[in-house]
Amino acid sequence: MVVPRVWRERVARYRMVGKKCPACGKVYFPPRDVCPTCHRESYGKMEDVELSGRGKVYSYTVVYQNVLGYELQKPYIMAIVEMEEGPRVTGQIVDCRPEDVEIGMPVRAVFRRLGEEGKDGVIVYGYKFVPDL
Amino acid sequence: MRDVAIIGIGQTKYGEHWKRSLRDLAVEAGLKAVEDANIYAKEIDAIFGGNMAAGTVIGQDHLATIIADFAGLAEHNVPAVKVEAACGSGGAALHMGFMAVASGLYDMVLVGGVEKMTDVPGEHMTDALASAADREWEVTFGATFPSLGAMMARRHMYEYGTTREQLAMFPVVAHENASKNPMAQLRNRITVEKVLNAPVIADPLTLLDCSPITDGAAAVVLAPMEVARKYTDTPVKISASVATTDYISIHSRPSITTVKANVEAGRKAYRMAGVGPGDIDFVELHDAFSIISLIALEDLGFVEKGQGGKFAEEGQIALGGKLPVNPSGGLKAKGHPVGATGVGQVVETVIQLRGEAGERQVDGAKRALTHNVGGTASSVFVHILEVV
Ligand SMILES: [Zn+2]
Repeated sequence: MVVPRVWRERVARYRMVGKKCPACGKVYFPPRDVCPTCHRESYGKMEDVELSGRGKVYSYTVVYQNVLGYELQKPYIMAIVEMEEGPRVTGQIVDCRPEDVEIGMPVRAVFRRLGEEGKDGVIVYGYKFVPDL
Repeated sequence: MRDVAIIGIGQTKYGEHWKRSLRDLAVEAGLKAVEDANIYAKEIDAIFGGNMAAGTVIGQDHLATIIADFAGLAEHNVPAVKVEAACGSGGAALHMGFMAVASGLYDMVLVGGVEKMTDVPGEHMTDALASAADREWEVTFGATFPSLGAMMARRHMYEYGTTREQLAMFPVVAHENASKNPMAQLRNRITVEKVLNAPVIADPLTLLDCSPITDGAAAVVLAPMEVARKYTDTPVKISASVATTDYISIHSRPSITTVKANVEAGRKAYRMAGVGPGDIDFVELHDAFSIISLIALEDLGFVEKGQGGKFAEEGQIALGGKLPVNPSGGLKAKGHPVGATGVGQVVETVIQLRGEAGERQVDGAKRALTHNVGGTASSVFVHILEVV
């Protein structure tokens, strides 16, 4: 990946800024330019909305066979987290033992290094989740 | 719209073809289909080819053209295009071919699918396959393709009490059926215990819940029904050809234990063919992971939501059961050369409907449904085929 591809997503990935449809009020993350309910009524009008970062585990898994760039992290916990504003988000759960995760567990987002593109490549940052005790 | 028939089929053996290139495999399947249809390649009016990842993994795009060329068709300047919908590319190509013949634009159409997956190291292939998901919002955060299936499985267990053992029945049946299919990649029989004790890929899914890395190609020749009998005594009618899409990411869907794109594809296919789930004699389901076929079985109306595991546990998906699932061995054991899979399912179905499946023959099979998906059923291709 080249730098702009990582750079352009920084606001959404670093602060969890999603989009809110002004017509129906639904919040989306990751951000999208068109509301699937309101279609062209929403295009060009979607508003930025920063998520609180708090949510609950909707489903999860422990990954033993990784994608490229995640060799050193495995096994790691992947989850879908239902954010308190409504949208569900895919991310890792860290600072937690796999046997302690369960569906419904409260988590909060933290800013972490996600990975890098080879030894001279771009370092990618974004959110991961930790147990919200 | 004209009725469309399949008049010829061809496929390579599925497996690890170290000595053979993507184009070799594609040409073999295509020429076998042409031979089976008893036509000459120059009678082909158009080619639609399914492939997912050749551009990424072997650095070859412009694929349909290179295959048409090496199939000897450059002198005829035949129209040929690649169709891509991740692991659903084959089903997508068939849908395009069906439209082309049904519309009347072309008469004789070759639909093929091919994937060459062993030319790169495994983790590169895993990464290429992950591109069926959302690279920016799933894969970048560490999601692998099996991890998405694993999260669907865990949620299905949570909502419906589906057990690990019930899920294991899908690969067990797949391997049993593949043991009777000479074209299959994995012909060993396995047990529920073996599935549970296999290395974990993404908990709760183990290696034996997941389809393998496969090289292979498959092809069919389509023609208008009205002329099909000039070429073959056993034309098979495509009585429904349906494509749907869904949210690409499971995190965007209202539920991850049902896929609306499955439900809609089934509903539209039954309406197009004028039949219901009870009229289907067997199915070839997209079992890239055990959970994907379990959910499809429910979504396509063969059992109630949440009952797929119980149905499998009772042996109803085996040959001789109420609804044999994947007599070919499925993606799990016949193999999953991703771009070829959707076409390969149809090749198996035609073999069955012709009554030529030998030991794995579904007795009296007259009508079958094939279900091929891209990603986590983010795109779905359903075909209903029947004897006429
Ligand atoms: Zn809206």
